[in-house]
Amino acid sequence: MNTTDSEVRSVVVEREIPFPPEKIWRALTQPHLIEEWLMKSDFSPTVDHRFRFTAGWGSVDCRVVEVEPNKTLSYTWDAMGLESVVVWTLSATSKGTRLRMEQSGFRADQEHAYQGAKFGWQKFFANLEQVLARAD
Amino acid sequence: MSDIHDTLFRTLADPSRRAIFERLCREGEQTVGALTAQAGISQPAVSKHLGVLKKAGLVRDRHAGRQTHYSGQLGALAPLIDWTSQMAGFWQNRFDQLEDLLKRMDQ
Repeated sequence: MNTTDSEVRSVVVEREIPFPPEKIWRALTQPHLIEEWLMKSDFSPTVDHRFRFTAGWGSVDCRVVEVEPNKTLSYTWDAMGLESVVVWTLSATSKGTRLRMEQSGFRADQEHAYQGAKFGWQKFFANLEQVLARAD
Repeated sequence: MSDIHDTLFRTLADPSRRAIFERLCREGEQTVGALTAQAGISQPAVSKHLGVLKKAGLVRDRHAGRQTHYSGQLGALAPLIDWTSQMAGFWQNRFDQLEDLLKRMDQ
């Protein structure tokens, strides 16, 4: 599989949250709290620790990449053909914390998934988009 | 995982089956009878397609009395859709849940 840098894409979600970084850090790093908002896991804030998020639909294999308490947390995120890295950044503000999540990576089989033109998949995706646009 | 893709593509490769799925997504929950009325194929054929769609996770059934109602499961298409838009929705939702948790936590 050829993968060039241009195929790496990312998702960024950023929010100002009215709580101090220390409190958010706990929610990001303590398994019993992580489970309440993300997924069940055997996470531990230790570099190179391998862990797994599990949910009804499957699981995500992870490895801790970076831990800087109350500031940065990063782990790999491999699930369903998607190889990516999730980076959490916490910056204190006057009102609380600016919390930023960036997930970057690529999907090894993405090209394959889109190479369906000869089977009429382009039409299908066009229809699908319309359906998705109408759904909720 | 290409197995998931294979199943989804194979399941949706059949035009009648795809039409049933698209209709369930567009028009919401329906019974086999209602689907058959418009599908232009026999009821056993519609039921068979629904069985295949169900196996692929693309439809869900709900029994109410003698009737079985089927609904489309758009989420099952997640592996086929660009992961960035998929994950963006996922994380927005998780941020909401994180904020809820923070409100509940002591201190």
